Amino acid sequence: MTRETVIEVRGLVNRFGSQTVHENLDLDVYRGEIIGIVGGSGTGKSVLLRTIIGLVRPVAGEVRVFGEDLLALSDERRSQVERRFGVLFQSGALFSSLTVAENVALPLVEHAGLPRVDAQRLAGVKLALAGLPVDAGRKYPAQLSGGMIKRAALARALALDPEILFLDEPTAGLDPISAAAFDSLIVTLRNALGLTVFLVTHDLDTLYSTCDRVAVLSQRRVLAAAPIDEVARTDDAWVQAYFNGPRGRAAARVAHPGKD
Amino acid sequence: MATAPPLPGSATLTRDTGGSRLTISGDWTLAHYSDLQRRANELAGSIDTGIAIDIHQLGALDTSGAFVIAELLGSSRTQALAQDDALPPARRALLKTVGDAIDTYCTGVKQPREAGFVATLERIGKAMQGFWKQTAKLLAFIGITLQGFLATVWRPRRWRVTSLVSHIEQTGLDAVPILALLSFMVGCVVAFLGATALASYGASLFTVDLIGFAFLREFGVLLTAILLAGRTASAFTAQIGSMKAREEIDAIRTLGLDPVELLVLPRVLALVVALPLLTFLAMIAGIVGGGVVCMAVLKISPSMFLSMFQADISLTQFLVGIAKAPVFAFMIAVIGCMEGFKVSGSAQSVGEHTTSAVVQSIFVVILLDALAALFYMEMDW
Repeated sequence: MTRETVIEVRGLVNRFGSQTVHENLDLDVYRGEIIGIVGGSGTGKSVLLRTIIGLVRPVAGEVRVFGEDLLALSDERRSQVERRFGVLFQSGALFSSLTVAENVALPLVEHAGLPRVDAQRLAGVKLALAGLPVDAGRKYPAQLSGGMIKRAALARALALDPEILFLDEPTAGLDPISAAAFDSLIVTLRNALGLTVFLVTHDLDTLYSTCDRVAVLSQRRVLAAAPIDEVARTDDAWVQAYFNGPRGRAAARVAHPGKD
Repeated sequence: MATAPPLPGSATLTRDTGGSRLTISGDWTLAHYSDLQRRANELAGSIDTGIAIDIHQLGALDTSGAFVIAELLGSSRTQALAQDDALPPARRALLKTVGDAIDTYCTGVKQPREAGFVATLERIGKAMQGFWKQTAKLLAFIGITLQGFLATVWRPRRWRVTSLVSHIEQTGLDAVPILALLSFMVGCVVAFLGATALASYGASLFTVDLIGFAFLREFGVLLTAILLAGRTASAFTAQIGSMKAREEIDAIRTLGLDPVELLVLPRVLALVVALPLLTFLAMIAGIVGGGVVCMAVLKISPSMFLSMFQADISLTQFLVGIAKAPVFAFMIAVIGCMEGFKVSGSAQSVGEHTTSAVVQSIFVVILLDALAALFYMEMDW
């Protein structure tokens, strides 16, 4: 079965000053999959995410999303493509001058053209989907805990029912119960909405419980991109230390009980 | 999956002998949300318990469409629909997820926002209460600062000399150019004003006295205080506030150190030293500015200007003016530091408190200046 490619990265080069972050990096993301991006600190996971959504302009190479080169598009076309993304930033990036419900309603009012009352109602549902109580909607981001901010940011990312969801360390800073709930929420939403999820994470449990494929960033390129068990067998010191270290083994045991 | 072209979502209710049947068809997506919501509101009353639901002509479905369906059908029927094997599993999962989300969280009723006369009174009351609380906090903070000062003043080992000198440089020396220029220009303006207003009485020579009284008694210290309220109070709030937001203040406390001694005292003392010095500078610059205008417009030579100045203006004028400087300095620094400590959490909070620090310190400076003017007048100084 040939799978539709929604994100296509070819020969990507990113350089900041004299430091090269990516060199000839290739990556494909297929429709409907959850792909986890892992790598050591400073290997450019977040930079890759920001390049794909068009926030970082690469030095060389090509990034195609839905077959279109974002950087070559006119502003208007680009905005249309960007509506098909949902992005959850690392620290939430909720607008601090708006309430949580207004944050979620903003894209609904601006892009979907809903009247404010409808948008607020729908925002309440998105918040509920992300696991927030309805009274959280009236609060300001400063009044929320870290986990609630993540959930509110997810609700905003889901506001326009995007086709691709970009998540930058979604479970970082969450307690294990919330993190597990977040993982299952992502899988449920993917199954229900047919989302493609691009997930940057360090959380091994998230990788094992949600991802269809894992891409390892190392030495400025994608070292391996395959289902997790296959990646874990890659002959590379960092990959071995990552997946077969104490934490990796523990997460694998949970994912495949009975097998060690 | 659907071979038919996409149709906007619709719901139709048919009644026959076997009971009523609700047919849901077309695309139930965000694009049609408003229409679907309106249709759902129309149908809401006529959904009864025994209704049969036909959902097999449904086109595309997203969370907003699922929300309208779930709200229309109610909780139990949505869950039943989510168990229906005839639907593809993804649809069932979506309906179940949205249904669960609504059941679990959307039960709270939104309380209406109060408006009108009572709300206005409430706001006035809250504002008054806020003002009193603010005053109490300010007095408390002044107390804490004085207490900290008295506790450390006898122990030279606990003086933060480096910090003090650094703050004197930042608040004092670095403000010299802007303050000198500003006072010089205001001095020119006052002289022009005097020259114009006094000319009609043939008393334009008394412009010299006007400049002298204005700058020694009021303008020197007031200009300096207002400039430093904008420049330094805001800087203190931003410095301490960003430390508070990053939990650095908490770290200071857990290390067994006193944030008042470490952060507040050096800043307050630095300003108490710097502001009188700057005030003196502002007085000189203003008088020079006035003198330049007197020379250019009124043909009063500098030596004439100086001898008039000496004859008419006593030392008291200078003392009365400069005496206010340490008081203003103390209040500006204390308000700046206090607002910094009141910052909570976010970067936005730092901005809010910085603004508040500037407004409050300018307010307090002008209030105290007015009180001092009254007092001096009664004392015949």
